[in-house]
Amino acid sequence: MTAKFISIMCYILLAPFLGGLLEGLDRKISARMQGRVGPPILQPFYDLVKLTKKQFIIVDRSQHFLLLSYMALMIFTGCMFFGGTDLLMCFFVLSTAAVFLYFAAVITSSPYTTIGGQRELLQDMAYEPALLLTAVGFYLVTGSFNVDTIIHTPYSLIAKLPGFFFAFVFILTIKMRKSPFDESASHHAHQELVKGITTEMGGRNLALYNVTEWYETVLMLGVVALFIINENPWSYLAAVLVILLVYFFEILVDNTCARVKTTTMVKMTWIVTLLSAGVNFLVLMLVH
Amino acid sequence: MPVIPFLIIFPLVMAGLMFCVRVNKVRNAIAYVGAVVIMIAVGVLIVGWAAGGYRPIELYVHTEIADKVILCAELLLMVQVTFLSFKYKKYWVSILSIVPTLAIAWLELFGPEMQEISHIYIDHLSILMCIIIGVIGSLIVVYAVGYMHGYQHYHTNIGDRRYYFFMVLFAFLGAMFGFVLSDSLLWIDLFWEATSVCSFLLIGYTREPEAIKNSFRALWMNLLGGTALAIGIIYFALTHGTVSLHDMVALGAARPGEVMIPVALIAFAALTKAAQLPFSTWLLGAMVAPTPSSALLHSATMVKAGIYILFRLAPAMSGTTTGIMISFIGGFTFLAASIMAIAQSDGKKVLAMSTISNLGLMVACAGVGRPETIWAGVFLMIFHAISKSLLFQDVGATENSIHSRDIENMHGLLYRLPRLAIFMFIGIAGMFLAPFGMLISKWAALKASVDENNILLVFFIVFGSATTSFYWTKWLGKIIASTNEAPAKDITKRNEMISITIHGVLMIALCVLFPILSKVYVGPLLREMFAISEQTLPTGTLDLLIVLVVFVFAVPFFAYLYSKKIRANKKLSYMSGINTGKNHAFTGSMGQNEKLVLSNYYFKNICGIRKLMLPSQLITAAVITVMMIFIVGGAL
Amino acid sequence: MANVKRSPWLLHYDGSSCNGCDIEVLACMTPIYDAERLGVENTGDPMQADIFLITGGINEQNAPVVKQLYDQMPRPKVVVAVGTCACTGGVFKEAYNICGGADTVVPVDIYVPGCAARPQSIIDGIIKARDLFQQRSEEHDAKVKAEKRGGAAPVEAGKPENTGKEG
Repeated sequence: MTAKFISIMCYILLAPFLGGLLEGLDRKISARMQGRVGPPILQPFYDLVKLTKKQFIIVDRSQHFLLLSYMALMIFTGCMFFGGTDLLMCFFVLSTAAVFLYFAAVITSSPYTTIGGQRELLQDMAYEPALLLTAVGFYLVTGSFNVDTIIHTPYSLIAKLPGFFFAFVFILTIKMRKSPFDESASHHAHQELVKGITTEMGGRNLALYNVTEWYETVLMLGVVALFIINENPWSYLAAVLVILLVYFFEILVDNTCARVKTTTMVKMTWIVTLLSAGVNFLVLMLVH
Repeated sequence: MPVIPFLIIFPLVMAGLMFCVRVNKVRNAIAYVGAVVIMIAVGVLIVGWAAGGYRPIELYVHTEIADKVILCAELLLMVQVTFLSFKYKKYWVSILSIVPTLAIAWLELFGPEMQEISHIYIDHLSILMCIIIGVIGSLIVVYAVGYMHGYQHYHTNIGDRRYYFFMVLFAFLGAMFGFVLSDSLLWIDLFWEATSVCSFLLIGYTREPEAIKNSFRALWMNLLGGTALAIGIIYFALTHGTVSLHDMVALGAARPGEVMIPVALIAFAALTKAAQLPFSTWLLGAMVAPTPSSALLHSATMVKAGIYILFRLAPAMSGTTTGIMISFIGGFTFLAASIMAIAQSDGKKVLAMSTISNLGLMVACAGVGRPETIWAGVFLMIFHAISKSLLFQDVGATENSIHSRDIENMHGLLYRLPRLAIFMFIGIAGMFLAPFGMLISKWAALKASVDENNILLVFFIVFGSATTSFYWTKWLGKIIASTNEAPAKDITKRNEMISITIHGVLMIALCVLFPILSKVYVGPLLREMFAISEQTLPTGTLDLLIVLVVFVFAVPFFAYLYSKKIRANKKLSYMSGINTGKNHAFTGSMGQNEKLVLSNYYFKNICGIRKLMLPSQLITAAVITVMMIFIVGGAL
Repeated sequence: MANVKRSPWLLHYDGSSCNGCDIEVLACMTPIYDAERLGVENTGDPMQADIFLITGGINEQNAPVVKQLYDQMPRPKVVVAVGTCACTGGVFKEAYNICGGADTVVPVDIYVPGCAARPQSIIDGIIKARDLFQQRSEEHDAKVKAEKRGGAAPVEAGKPENTGKEG
């Protein structure tokens, strides 16, 4: 019980720092890949401080409460995950959190956020099957959706679930808003939708959004760790290494791929999900 | 228990009254009284059943007279259908009515001697259905009084046949009660046909060419199911000498091979009733009917008759080829219909598509036939009945007020028609937002289908759940988007509002209380059905659910309270610097004001009905044909 | 005091220009000059921007646009006019449709001369601007604090602050 409590508290307190650091690292590495010096590693935190210092502006009053709900639900999802409860339920609540983000975007009736929001929905639609299948994959091997049970296996589950792992890493690109699937938020210099779903968020609202994204990143990387962690304490180290590797891989993809159309994104992710997770599923069923 | 025949006969008497009384005000008053009486009668039934210790009750073993009446009623229905088929020159439809009716009549009059059975059977499942029919049915009658007034007012080209409309509505309620309370398959067959005919009559209410075309499509598809049902019954009666549904299920659960054919035939009939692919088109066509009938028949209750019978058969289907077929068809329908729903912008069409899709999930749950999936299916059924009934009524009322039911025209409905918009929001959110409604049912269904190694169903559910969220969320977004348009005049009548409000309250209550409902009601239901004692959901999950429910209500509430206090400066929304100052228009290239119109994604070219309906019908038809041949061939 | 000057986000607007300065502004982001190492981000969204970078002159048509973009930026904010045209109107000054430099519609804080302005000088302008941004941010903080202490009721403009051009 205490261990669970500690891990939940760690998530609530440390996840933003970890997420922010990872983003800083991301920007630095991206810059280096492009032959630039890049901003300092702590740049995301500088940005965050600045955003909170700015005048608080809104287009519609409800934006703020919807974003707050988004963040609260995201943190709650993370707590469920790090508290070792039901993984599938976690993902369902995550989808509810995403709905709040969509609301925060469309409630302004601004053209750019509305299109951004629609694309966000398409992204949700694209990644949700793979997310749910990940939980199903764990259940298939361990007989439980509980995170607690999943991490107490004698071997790393990636050995049995490579297809699911691949599908998950594939949709991680969407979740982390990386090119080629950075459709809705238009990070970096892709600006045909201005800032997409975040266009009407300024000052503290944007800060809220950023922190929530960090929470989400940590949660998603936590799921990556689930594939690795087993009873052996050394597996935690391996998990950290794999996370960093996956993260680096995402940055590499981000910097080497041009963006695709939204429909192409849905098709690609669904096909990859079907093929890699599906084949893995079939094999597991035959073996069992 | 005299209340049972009362429940069946009273609505029929009411139907007669509705037909005779031609003064609107008087008829409306009688309809109100009838609705209340039906609700009270359901209450009495529940009390009577509860007094017996919530145990299954078997009643009415000797019913010679009733049997004759039922037979006569069946022949009457046949005459009616034949007459209408000839009147509208659809001669071949009458064959689908004449053949099974005569076959059943032959069985009853000249068939072999049957075992004595109880004709009425009451248990948790039938009581649940009675509650759904009684509560929602009565409320919709109340709603219909107001709605039909406005409907006739705006559709002057349609003859005012409200007496007819209410007659069929009440007759339908009687038939529905009869259907869920009967255990004799012969009785079930009559009530089954009766609901089909009621639906047919209501779809054709306007007597416009399209309505007539659609009503006959609904009729022949349902009669086709009825024919399968009749064949199944006769086969079972001839081979086993009984017409008790319970005997069939008990036999099927013990030795599935023996009743393979009748179970498969009845399940096939259920597919047509529940509008599963390839028969989904009748439900889409049924949307031409006035909204109360869409709400009651084509979403909340009648289509659930198919689900009900599948739940009954579930123990007999579990693990058999029939079960696999049913779960495949259900799962496939869930996915295909939810994809097609993305392309719909007509509110009622979205509701129709999502009804088909959700029914598909319930059918799949029944097909797998394990306690978890039935648990999921029962909850889906409850949530779906209330939410869809609420949504149909709401969309109907909205249409009366803003003269459109297109979702694109519902932009900013929250500020234009706040009352209706809030209830619409409740209905949609209760249906798909975690942790309510579909969500938890999907959880249980996923778990069970993995346990069953039903890989196809797993994929149908995960992909279907993604597409389902997509079309619901974009609708919700449309409702809450801010707007500068003036509020519309809310001309919703008080009686419509009463029904909608009660539905809304029920929906919220259900969202909050369903963990408790699961413990005290659905648990015993499953124990009855499967003779098991363990809790279906692990207690940890249930506790977590309660926390979740509280959290999902509390978070937005407190966030809202908090954000009311913040100090913020309002800015114009970003339109590249050419916002004209009120967020609803921008300066065009010639200096004129261009109105800003925001629209959702629909992908009509990728997932429209025209693109997907035919292929999915072909696939499912092929699967059903092959599987049926396989089942029948294997059993013979 | 929070050090906000490490995160100056730009909104770049191109007025009536020959596009020479735009190219140079974009060049600042390229590997050779890499303005991002100063924390600069080219947001393209006034809601998120701190520094308004204007290139090119102001004409009758884009004047209200520039005004609106400026109004949409949250305080504290800094305006930088990049290039001769943005400073004074440049070679287009006498044209029938030109009002003049950026300071004809919005208060310009930093002028970066050059035709076209060189990336080095643009970055120099940004650095000056971010110092000013820091200073204004401190003033803004002090003002907010004073308001809080004064117990002023939560204010919200019933209407957007400045509605720009009507009609």
